[in-house]
Amino acid sequence: MKNGPGRSGLIMDEPLLWEKGKKGRNGMSIPESDVPAAKIADEICGAGPDFPDLSEVEVVRHYTRLSQWNFGVDTGMYPLGSCTMKYNPKINEKQAAAEEISGAHPLLDDEYCQGTLRIIYELQNFLAEITGLDAVSVQPAAGAHGELAGMLIFDAYHRSKGQKRTKILMPDTAHGTNPASAALCGYKPVPIQSGPKGILDVEQIRELMDEETAGIMITNPNTLGLFEENIGEIAEIVHEKGGLVYGDGANMNAVMGIVDLKKCGVDVLHLNLHKTFSTPHGGGGPGAGPVCVVGKLKKYLPSPRVEFDGANYRQEESPDSIGRMHGFHGNYGVLVRALSYILSMGAENLKKVSQYAVLNASYIKVKLKDYLHLAYDRPCMHEAVFSDKNQHKDNVNTLDIAKRLMDCGYHPPTIYFPLVVPGAIMIEPTETESLEEIDAFIDVVKNIVNEAKSDPELLRSSPNRFKVKRLDETQAARNPCLCG
Amino acid sequence: MKEISELNLPEDLRYTKDHEWAKVTGDTVKIGISDYAQDQLGDIVFVELPAVGDNFDQGGEFGTLESVKAVSELYCPMDGEVVAVNEALEDSPELLNEDPYGGWIAELKPADSSQLEQLLDRDAYLELLKGE
Amino acid sequence: MRYLPHTDEDIRNMFDAIGVKGFDELFTTVPDSCRYDKEMILPVAKTEWDLNTYMAEIRSMMRVTPAHSVLIGAGRYHHHIPSTIPSIMGRSEFLTAYTPYQPEMAQGTLQGLFEYQTLTARLLGVDVANASMYDGASALAEGLLMGLRVAKKKTRVAMSSAIHPHYREVVRTYFKPTAFEIIELPFLENGRTDLSGLADLEDVAAVAIQSPNFFGVVEELEMAAEAIHQIGALFVTGFTEPLAFGLLKNPGSAGADIVCGEGQSFGMPKSFGGPGLGMFGSKQKYVRNLPGRLVGETTDLEGNRGYVLTLATREQHIRREKATSNICSNQGICTLTAAMYMASLGGTGLRKLARLNYDKSEYLKEGLQDAGAIILFSSPTFNEFVVEFRDDFTPVQKRLIEQNIVAGLHLGKYYPGFENRYLFCVTETASKSVLDRVISEVQK
Repeated sequence: MKNGPGRSGLIMDEPLLWEKGKKGRNGMSIPESDVPAAKIADEICGAGPDFPDLSEVEVVRHYTRLSQWNFGVDTGMYPLGSCTMKYNPKINEKQAAAEEISGAHPLLDDEYCQGTLRIIYELQNFLAEITGLDAVSVQPAAGAHGELAGMLIFDAYHRSKGQKRTKILMPDTAHGTNPASAALCGYKPVPIQSGPKGILDVEQIRELMDEETAGIMITNPNTLGLFEENIGEIAEIVHEKGGLVYGDGANMNAVMGIVDLKKCGVDVLHLNLHKTFSTPHGGGGPGAGPVCVVGKLKKYLPSPRVEFDGANYRQEESPDSIGRMHGFHGNYGVLVRALSYILSMGAENLKKVSQYAVLNASYIKVKLKDYLHLAYDRPCMHEAVFSDKNQHKDNVNTLDIAKRLMDCGYHPPTIYFPLVVPGAIMIEPTETESLEEIDAFIDVVKNIVNEAKSDPELLRSSPNRFKVKRLDETQAARNPCLCG
Repeated sequence: MKEISELNLPEDLRYTKDHEWAKVTGDTVKIGISDYAQDQLGDIVFVELPAVGDNFDQGGEFGTLESVKAVSELYCPMDGEVVAVNEALEDSPELLNEDPYGGWIAELKPADSSQLEQLLDRDAYLELLKGE
Repeated sequence: MRYLPHTDEDIRNMFDAIGVKGFDELFTTVPDSCRYDKEMILPVAKTEWDLNTYMAEIRSMMRVTPAHSVLIGAGRYHHHIPSTIPSIMGRSEFLTAYTPYQPEMAQGTLQGLFEYQTLTARLLGVDVANASMYDGASALAEGLLMGLRVAKKKTRVAMSSAIHPHYREVVRTYFKPTAFEIIELPFLENGRTDLSGLADLEDVAAVAIQSPNFFGVVEELEMAAEAIHQIGALFVTGFTEPLAFGLLKNPGSAGADIVCGEGQSFGMPKSFGGPGLGMFGSKQKYVRNLPGRLVGETTDLEGNRGYVLTLATREQHIRREKATSNICSNQGICTLTAAMYMASLGGTGLRKLARLNYDKSEYLKEGLQDAGAIILFSSPTFNEFVVEFRDDFTPVQKRLIEQNIVAGLHLGKYYPGFENRYLFCVTETASKSVLDRVISEVQK
């Protein structure tokens, strides 16, 4: 199967919702009223929105057809770097959908919702244990929301010392959310260039860290897939100047049971439950971004958190808390799924997850490095970053390779990120791909590299097996049509 | 991307290291971006123009250009006040790609005309590009 | 473990290919000082059977169960979810995909989001809606920050104290490290926001009002728009119950510049407060200041219609610290769910359902009034309203819980002087017999 599992099949066309249906149809059962009609003041009444009326069958077919134009982890390998597209277990969905849980109202008094509170409490504890940190709030709704919580904690901590620090150290490999989150707290990012080995250089940190700098944001393993070996020393320098160390835990999937974040000197860390803890990515969300801290910062965590007094679970608010980040308890349904995953795995399997994730990525790195240019030939963690450098002579670029991969039946890796590697191809296979799947993927990439020489036009004209060919993004941005 | 030899770099303009051009027209100076800049940016999809009456220092940020996946700042080649902007760019940003020298961005009343002399001539700019 | 396909033989073969002898050699770049030097202490791995038992035990700790009628809203509403919704939203092609970075293989998500944006814009009466924020509360905070961005040099915002108390808390959290000032506007005896102080305020970038507000009261948005625009501020409207716009005037037509609120009512369970979605839209002229992802229509190489993420230069992955927001992951599948629900209801259904909520809520309101309770605010409400009881209501509430009815949310902790006041919510799911039981218990 040199060309991968991709084949062509019947693609059903489907118009936009409002291009079908007829007035008077309905797709949902609505009971007749069992109470008298009440009076309503005319001046508050509107006409109601102009929505199409569709039957139930029309709605179901519409979305079934749309879904068939999509590709998910359940369809095939999805090695999108930094996104940890692992298998999303079905049993987690069942636990989150159970009616006692999914039907629970968030404003019930604690005595009536001990079960839902216990889920939060257990997850708080398990995440603390996995990261090595001391206390957790599960309220942030996504990774970037967790980062914002972290930066607010930085701000609260420095204020408690009577300081308002204005800068923050920001490695050039950071996700864009890092500087954007810091900026929301008024911190000016001070860019740090990665050293020649693709990791942070201690001397540069020593030079730039001062008492106006709130601290540093470090993604570890970083977005080049490399472990920041000097993190301990860097943390020491930052702490000496009164700063704090933020750990972006987006890549936690590489280090569970292997790295203790507290021992690394990390003070605040967010996790992405939709990455490491197997909850579905849902075409862009919802995620969950719990924030974990060392003991001295516990009092600043978002409120409320859940505590257990030996008999009852209680919601508690800390007077020093940065406050509420979300209307209620964050993306609670995602928390239930993550708990279900941790309980299914146990400590031993979670460690295996990280070992196998690194094994799979290391294997791909070794097998492909003679075909694609490897950005840093060093031991990688859960992902390997290549580039299109070897293909420039054929006038083929990363985008062409990505589009050809699609026709072969794979979701492409993350492309053109991190920015420090021009034409980056960032491959994160995750632990749930088998050796056969990975070997097949490697064969396909090798084949594409050969096609780049023998038939570059094939790559440049890809993809050809989807409902649409390459889309005109320039036109979309020049004359935005955001509403039909 | 164009090779350096393919670039159109008119003799009668001054250039900056940030790839803008400046051209004296009477009392005022028209400014825009070079052929190299538009080629590097690719399809320009949006131009954020300064307001007429705004004052900028040499090197000050006076607007932004956006392609589909990048944003670039525009830096003012000299001190001065904006007396006109090319409003056609609001609806047709592609003019900068099609004709970067016809597609001027802003017209400046310079505070100090001698600053023009500090800008690069065609040869100096070409040397700069060869180094990039 | 069934999620981990590696056999011992696979692992050996992969070690050989890489040139290592064991896992330790894969982690040589992790210094000893960073190592997790003990075993993680977590419960032993559970089989699917054991997990089901364990979770069933947790569920059994819930004293309010699916058998209860919950007459509480306040940001989370109990609406009927048609069986079609879990079925189509649960299709794994939607659920197990990520952000549609490769548009050709994500047209399902993209067209679905474009349809969501369109239906939402029509519902709220705005020109554009984005592809979702985390929730109604964070959307309000982002709405006010957007107002400050549009206004450029102003430093203050105002918000009504009749906005959901949790939403106001979130706004304060977001604003804490900034130099911006938040002014809270009081509410009147009729439950509407008091705008009389607005004219004296200077330097205000945006004013936020929720309608229906936390008390269920429908605000006079047109008058508010006029007063707010008079002081040169942008009008931000929030909401927690989008179903209201099936019956009521929408905020956009009343003059709102930015509209943001919670969309959970549209096909999502309450789920202890999440996930739902933040619905967010604005007038066209502010589109470049919008936070969050946007999907746009375009064509492919052959001229076929298709959809892509667009105007991405506003976002963090390109503009980094200058982005309009730090948001990356949004509420994805919840956004599609809301669209599926709007499509299922249709215009006719939405109006009918909204009317049903209104009528049932009015029925309980009148019944309670006849039973001797006070309806605190005289202004029109949608499906929530505040009741004041002359005597202590707690014993009645306890009796009702035993009869499987959760009657009202105590407001004492949210507003001073509200000790005997409760916020009731009635949706289409509350039967007349349940409402009658509440009325008769109050009458006793």
